[in-house]
Amino acid sequence: MAQFSLNINGKARTVEADPTMPLLWVLRDLLDLTGTKYSCGMGQCGTCTVHLNGAPIRSCMFPISGASNQSITTIEGLSENGDHPLQLAWKEVDVPQCGYCQPGQLMTAAALLKSNPHPSPEEIDANMTGNICRCGTYQRIRTAIQLAAKQGAEK
Amino acid sequence: MSLHPPPLNRRAFLKLSTAASGGLLLGFRWLSAGTTSAASVNFKPNAFLSIAPSGQVTLLSQNPEVGQGIKTAFPMIIGEELDVAWQDVKIEPAPLDTNQYERQVTAGSGAVRSSYSILREAGASARALLVSAAAKEWGVKPATCTTANSTVTHPPTGRTLSYGQLANSASKLPLPASVELKDSSKFTLLGTRVGGTDVPKIVTGEQRYGIDTKKPGMLYGAIVNPPLHGQKLGNVDDTAALKVAGVVKVVSWPDKVAVLATNTYAAFKGQEALKITWQDPKVRESSDRLSQAFADAIANGTGETRRKVGDVERALGQADRVIEATYDVPFLPHAPMEPINMYADVKADSAHLLGPMQTPANGRRIASRILGIPEENITVEITRIGGGFGRRLKIDFVQDAVQASRLAGAPVNIVWKREEDMISGNFRPAGLYHYRAGIDAQGRLTAWHLNSASITSRGAVVPNNFPNGAIPHFQVDTHHIRSEVSTGAWRSPNHNVCALLDESFLEEVGHALGKEPLAFRLELLRQVESAPFGKVDYEPTRLRGVLEAAAEMADWGNPPAGRSHGIAAHYSHHSYVGQVAEVSVTDGNITVHKVYCAVDCGQVINLSSAENQCEGGIVDGIGAAWFGDMPIVEGASANTNFHTYRLIRMSEAPEVVTRFLQTDSPPTGLGEPALPPASAAVANAVFAATGVRIRKLPFIQNDLSA
Repeated sequence: MAQFSLNINGKARTVEADPTMPLLWVLRDLLDLTGTKYSCGMGQCGTCTVHLNGAPIRSCMFPISGASNQSITTIEGLSENGDHPLQLAWKEVDVPQCGYCQPGQLMTAAALLKSNPHPSPEEIDANMTGNICRCGTYQRIRTAIQLAAKQGAEK
Repeated sequence: MSLHPPPLNRRAFLKLSTAASGGLLLGFRWLSAGTTSAASVNFKPNAFLSIAPSGQVTLLSQNPEVGQGIKTAFPMIIGEELDVAWQDVKIEPAPLDTNQYERQVTAGSGAVRSSYSILREAGASARALLVSAAAKEWGVKPATCTTANSTVTHPPTGRTLSYGQLANSASKLPLPASVELKDSSKFTLLGTRVGGTDVPKIVTGEQRYGIDTKKPGMLYGAIVNPPLHGQKLGNVDDTAALKVAGVVKVVSWPDKVAVLATNTYAAFKGQEALKITWQDPKVRESSDRLSQAFADAIANGTGETRRKVGDVERALGQADRVIEATYDVPFLPHAPMEPINMYADVKADSAHLLGPMQTPANGRRIASRILGIPEENITVEITRIGGGFGRRLKIDFVQDAVQASRLAGAPVNIVWKREEDMISGNFRPAGLYHYRAGIDAQGRLTAWHLNSASITSRGAVVPNNFPNGAIPHFQVDTHHIRSEVSTGAWRSPNHNVCALLDESFLEEVGHALGKEPLAFRLELLRQVESAPFGKVDYEPTRLRGVLEAAAEMADWGNPPAGRSHGIAAHYSHHSYVGQVAEVSVTDGNITVHKVYCAVDCGQVINLSSAENQCEGGIVDGIGAAWFGDMPIVEGASANTNFHTYRLIRMSEAPEVVTRFLQTDSPPTGLGEPALPPASAAVANAVFAATGVRIRKLPFIQNDLSA
């Protein structure tokens, strides 16, 4: 066990954990930030995606020891009031069905728009293809990302 | 033919009272099959619509939400008849009470179908009571009053009273002898697009699922299942596991082990440190053995006959030509994104269960049996479900949580690692399907025989669907092969396979006859419409309707350059769906560009949710047929996680265009019906593109490069 100082969603947090514990379980079990979801545990489905210094990572594979003093953003911290352009677009397009994979989809999409504010449909597909949605809401995810990109451009 | 439900005797289904906290309380019985005759004046309400003096409208609902949109659909139905904005109808999940709430099961696409009439009736009756109360207060005729936005208005004088203001006085009036339901042409809410009520919470991560459960004193439990199908638990050496920091206890019961810890990671680490011996079953199961057993059974006879019209053998014997084909279907895991989990808190004489169950009543029953605690002392709460697809109809994981909590003497939230569910889930059954069709000298399709083998008891077939009714000699047979692999319902059970196979073989026959695919189907359907062979329980005109609509949407027969069209239609859960897939095949690789989807599911409730179910069902159906496979090798499931079990990805998902046919029929199922025909339309388009008929699933195992 070791102590780790973390910066999560702009707040300083300290946790006592096994250094090999993936960030996913630190967030979920130790800090009660359950918006980040477990699904495959091997970086294959994207459900657990969070941002480390703004870049998307699979938190199920990322040991807590690597996250010390770095800036971590989870779905709970994507925006202050649930009004990130993607969150607004997700609501307008009515994307989710079961909704379980959607936090991970949103975090991957947010990282994409940050690096590429106007992705083509092909770029969206290529970037999002690591995120599985078992309910098959892909078409709506694609539409919502395009909508958020468009609204971002109009601002 | 009409499938409208019989008219209700309102007094037998509604009961009016004043709520304890004031306001109107309308109790009613959910209408489900077989319950109408049981209704009487002394019936016990099993659901409630309340209007509080604050104006708050609340509906107690019993169906768990798994993403099919009922949390929006129910308020919309109530709101339409009551003239209340749907957002103002609060829906509260009813706690499990099997005496009070019928159909507390999420399956069979039936939540809306079984509730539509009674919800409208309840909404309209409450509205009539509120109007009467206002009219009485004003001394005017009820017919001169109007309602909108939770308010009664008397237009001649401009007076208004809100529903909240009227709720108390309305609760003391007699129930009207009859109320008029809105004509569907007057609907302002039903059929419109409304966003899911939980979406704001989902997009911020605030929405809780079963796996997110956290209670005081709770332990996290990792479950170990037998690694090979049919194995029994031998010896458990937990020495190393107990040394893992955070591991509190290791418990076991027949054929399961649970590692209980203070966090999930410790539980998983403990699981890896266990040394367990397992006892093998007599034979280690394999897909190869099963394939041989299926083929032998089919070769040796007809097994159990599930449908028989005319004399198939005679007609085949007399046929000018016999066309044959065998289709091979693999096992398929459910793989919902939320892994299997369940919370239980077992005490000396009571227990609490909480989790993502599709059949909570069965969960409570098994808990009662395991614990020897009466069902009435076991409380059950259902969480939002991160995908079901049939997996959570089973209660194996409820047993796990109950056993683990009982043995540990602590509340436990168990979770199966992804691998556990892939290794020992309940799969869509594998099967082999042998079709024969007889063509007479005049080129008519006179006989159709499906002889099938699977590991489910009565076969994985849909014996009564089209082209049944169009062919004078028609027979469906099944063989049951026993296996250690456990199987269960997989979204749109049996239909998910049979639509693909029936619609593929139908085209094989049509191709042999030189018939154009759509024209061939319409010709057969005209036969069913005019003079069906045997009993037919689908409406051929509605099936024709969705075929023609899908063809029109796609401009059937004129695909864009370099692409091919394939068509299919299927009837399931009382709904009709026709689809055209637009596909290209390059260097043997399939691209599904677009799917046009025409649906006759009666009255659409929430257009957004309805379209979403179709889009998702199509993606799911195509993905499962294209990539889905679970070979069993030496007793083990060969695919253990998403690195080898391939799910369809965004870049492979087609654009879907959906159209709902305008109809006066009441709403029918939509959680499943768009799935079955999708893979068939794609397979037929692949044939049009390549001349290769796919007879082995998944598609990806077929060489299309020739």
